[in-house]
This record gives sequence, structure tokens and C-alpha cells, in this order.
Amino acid sequence: MLSYLLFIATIGGIYGLLALSLNLIWGGAGMVNLGLAGFFAVGAYASALLTTAGQAPIAAGWLVAFVAAGIAGLTVTLSTTRLREDYLAIVTLGFAEVVRLVAANEIWLTRGTDGISGIPGPWKRALGPDFNGVYFLIVLGVLLVVFFVVRRIDRAPYGRALRAIREDAQVAEVAGKNVLRFKTEAFALSAAIAGLAGALYGHFTSYIAPDLFLPLITVYIFLAVASGGTGRPAGALVGAYLVMALLESSRFFVEGIPGVTAVQRAALKELLIAVALIVVLRLKPSGVLPERIPPAPRSS
Amino acid sequence: MIVVQALVNGLVSGTLLAVPAIGFTAMFAVLRFPNFAVSGVATLGAFAGYLAYGAGLQMAGSLAAAFVAAGLAGLLFDKIAHLPLVKEGALPAAIASIATGLVLENVVRLGFGNEPRGYDRPIARDVFFGEIRVSPQQLETMGLALALMLAVFAALAFTRIGKAMRATADNPDLAALKGIRPERIATLASLIGMGLVGVGGMLLGLDSSIDPLTGTRILLSLFAAAVLGGLGSVPGAVLGAFLIGIAEELSVLVVGSQYRAAVGFVAILAVLTLRPRGLLGERAF
Repeated sequence: MLSYLLFIATIGGIYGLLALSLNLIWGGAGMVNLGLAGFFAVGAYASALLTTAGQAPIAAGWLVAFVAAGIAGLTVTLSTTRLREDYLAIVTLGFAEVVRLVAANEIWLTRGTDGISGIPGPWKRALGPDFNGVYFLIVLGVLLVVFFVVRRIDRAPYGRALRAIREDAQVAEVAGKNVLRFKTEAFALSAAIAGLAGALYGHFTSYIAPDLFLPLITVYIFLAVASGGTGRPAGALVGAYLVMALLESSRFFVEGIPGVTAVQRAALKELLIAVALIVVLRLKPSGVLPERIPPAPRSS
Repeated sequence: MIVVQALVNGLVSGTLLAVPAIGFTAMFAVLRFPNFAVSGVATLGAFAGYLAYGAGLQMAGSLAAAFVAAGLAGLLFDKIAHLPLVKEGALPAAIASIATGLVLENVVRLGFGNEPRGYDRPIARDVFFGEIRVSPQQLETMGLALALMLAVFAALAFTRIGKAMRATADNPDLAALKGIRPERIATLASLIGMGLVGVGGMLLGLDSSIDPLTGTRILLSLFAAAVLGGLGSVPGAVLGAFLIGIAEELSVLVVGSQYRAAVGFVAILAVLTLRPRGLLGERAF
């Protein structure tokens, strides 16, 4: 039971990182990333390849995952120069699909649909059964660091500039803000955080494959951010654990229905998540922890 | 010769792709948000057509069933989930529409499972033009797709309601001032746009097989066609669909069939970098 709870708590923490990543751009700058699962995958693969085939230390893998996903984020935004929201939505969605295609087909690098197994975990052999507990603390540590960084950004003048862009990019531009630069930087940082989450995920489960990075993960994270409260980092964290609770409880609920095949059970679970997202967006778009906009400091 | 065959195949698949692309771009023009529910709606249309065809309806009747089922489902979700959100911006509506696509995909999965299903059309011998091979079934579906497209163009160009739709897409405020009721135009755009998407799902599934992910698989090609031609431009979507169809077939010769699905993405990146408003511009109806 304890190891089950630790597993849930760790995966929830990784979703929490993804939610912080999404909140930074969606809540912060009003941009979307429908390819969150793609950046998650880029990080997971970068770190897994570096530490298995490349024999590099795990910490180096995580750093490279962060950087690689950030660079991928930059590339995606640079080609969408004006970063208009509808185009960005389409491009990021396509990005995630292409990442999965590459992961499934470049067998020499990624071992295709077989996936990469045997991804090392930190001190896994020495820790034995305590691994899950220690790894949870590591994820929690990373989560807290990222949380305080994005909350700092949120409250800093930089975050105010992002919100100004979200409310009205034209006015922000007139006020002398380099809108394109703010958006590009925020998106790259957000993608990098998603990549870091991917690396943490791979080293926890020790196995990754293209089918683990379905667009469904992106929907989970949108549900997390929307239900927790768009525009507030603490809301993103609360939302991530809410989604985790919904996912796990729906499993017990769905398994209780008699005469349902495994495929139908999976379909019911996905259906539940999708309906929950629509309901939250329609009925409680501000989420559990609504955004607080602090008053601007008075200039003397 | 192999290149010419690929061009012909591309022309055929481009014609089929043009149908849902018109639907998507027309909805974007009127409703002002990218409706990602097209993936689920295309799947729904494909399965509705499958049921109708299995029940003994002819091809045209089955396509009509796909149109009605997809149009009504699309309209329903637009009314209850998407359009109330558009007031807050295109993004919340677009996100909700992803959830809608997932809902429809899983409703189909609940009923039909994951196994691929074929339409069981009568087998016919391929027709040869020189060394170029075309199947009579391809010709039939292509003819139906072309007829449908012509009907849409004629409706937009000549009927009162078509002109009202174009006016609303062009300038909603001015159109409302002239007595055009925006809600009615929105309803029509959802119904017809999603209907076309459903027909497209069926047309593209006819040659192979359909399953709950049928719509998801055509999503990128569909978006690429619309973006390439210019989001919101109906002739642009047709041009874009032909180009994407041909590019996809040619890409198979170069990089193999596994990267076919990436062609749409590359095309989107290229057009956004070089000509962000698309080949025909955004507002050319």
C-alpha cells in the first residue's frame, strides 16, 4: 500500500511539473502548448539515451533533457514567428505527433516501438525497496525548486509583463515590451521544464516507449491547470494531484462495472477525463485556486 | 512512371482531403477558433457511414448519413461546450474542442472496440491509363467528393444564406448591422462544417479501414491543408488539400511511408515561416 501511494505521489509530482510548465505559458502569457507530451518525450528520450547508450551520469542526463526540450521549444516558436495563438496550437499539436513518429521509426537510436528499458535510477541498487521513497523525495525537491522559480517569475516584473501580453499584446508592445521575445523565452522555459519532467519520469519507471507519450497526457495536464486555477503556480500543483486522484479513483470505479471489456474500461476512463475538462472549462474556469493579481508597486 | 502514379494517387487523396479541410476552414472563418474536435467528428462520421452502408444504403446515402450524424454531433458540442467559451478567446474554446474530440473518439470505442473495420465494397478490377493504375472505387469516391465540393462552392457563391455566411466571416459586426443573425450563421457553419468533416472521415476510410483513431490520423493533413491555403479560406483549403495529398504521396518515394504523417507538419512550419497568411490569404472566401 505504501509503495502504491509513493508511486502515485511520484507520478503526481511529475504531472505537477508539467502543470507548472503549462501554467507558465497558458496562465502567464496566454499561449498554449498542445504538444506538451512531445516535449515531455524529448526530455525522457534525451536523458534515457544519454544514460544508457552514452553511459553518462543521471544528473547530466537531466540537465541535457532540460536543455534539449528548451531548444525544441525555441525551434517550434521561431518558426511560428508571430506566435498567433491558433497557429501555435496547431503547430505544437503537430510537433508532439512528429516526436512520436521519430521515436517509433528511428530504431537505430530509440529502439522503435520496443522502447528503451533499463534506464538507471539514482542509487537504485543500493536502495533496494527504499528506491520509491527516495525517488519521491528527489521529485518533490525538483518540484519545489521549479515551483519557487516560477512563482518568483510570476510575481516579478517579468511575470507582470507576461500577463500584460496575455491581456493585450498590442498594448504591451506600445508600452515598449518586446512581446515576441517575452513569448519565446517563456515558451522555451516551459518546454524545458516539461523535458525535465520527462527525464524524471523515465528514470523512475526505467522504461519509455513512444506509446507512453500520447496526446492524452497533454489533456491530463490541461485538466490539472484548469481545475487548479490558471495563472497561479500553487493551483497547478493542486490540480495535478486532483487529476491523479480522479485517474486512480476512476480506475476503481470503472473496474466495478460488470460486463465491461478492458478496451471499454480504458475508453470510459478517457471519456471521464475529457468530460471533466469540458465541465471545468464551462462551469469553473477560474479553478479551485483562482488567480490573484497583486497590485503593481507604486513608483516613487 | 512511378512518380506519375504517385501524382495521380496524391490527386485522389487530395480530393478526398479537401472535403473535411473545407469544413474545418469554413468553421474557423465564421466561429473564429480552431476546432480540434474534427478528429472525433471525422471518426464518428466514418462509423455512421459504415453503419448505413452495412444497413444496405448506397454510397451516396451512406455519405449523407455520415454528414448528418457528424453535423449534429458537432453542432451539439459547439452549442454546449465551445461557443460559450469563444467569448473569452479562441484558446479556451480550442482546448474544450480537444476534449470533445476525445469524448467522441471514446464513445465510438465503447461501441465498436479498437479493431479495424472495412466497408466491404464490391471488388472491381483496376482501370489502366497507359501504365497508370486507378481503381473504379477511387474514381467513384473522387467523383462524389468533387460533386460535394461543387455544391458547397455554388451554395457559397449564389445562395442568400451562402452570401450571408461569407459576409459574417468577413465582418461580423457589419453583417449583423445588415440584419444577418449571427447565431443562425454560426449554427449553419457548425452543422455544415462538421458534416463535411464527417463525410471526409468516411471518404478517407473507404479505401482502407476505420477504427476509433481514424480521425486523429487525418488531423495533421487536414490542418496542413487549411493552413497552407490560408486559415479561413475555402478555395485555399482545396488548393492546400491537393498540395498536401500530392506531397504525401511523393514523400513516400523519398523517405518511406512511415514519415507520411510528418509531411503535414513540415508543410505547416514551412508555410508559417515563408508565407504566414497561407497561399491564398486568410480572408479569401
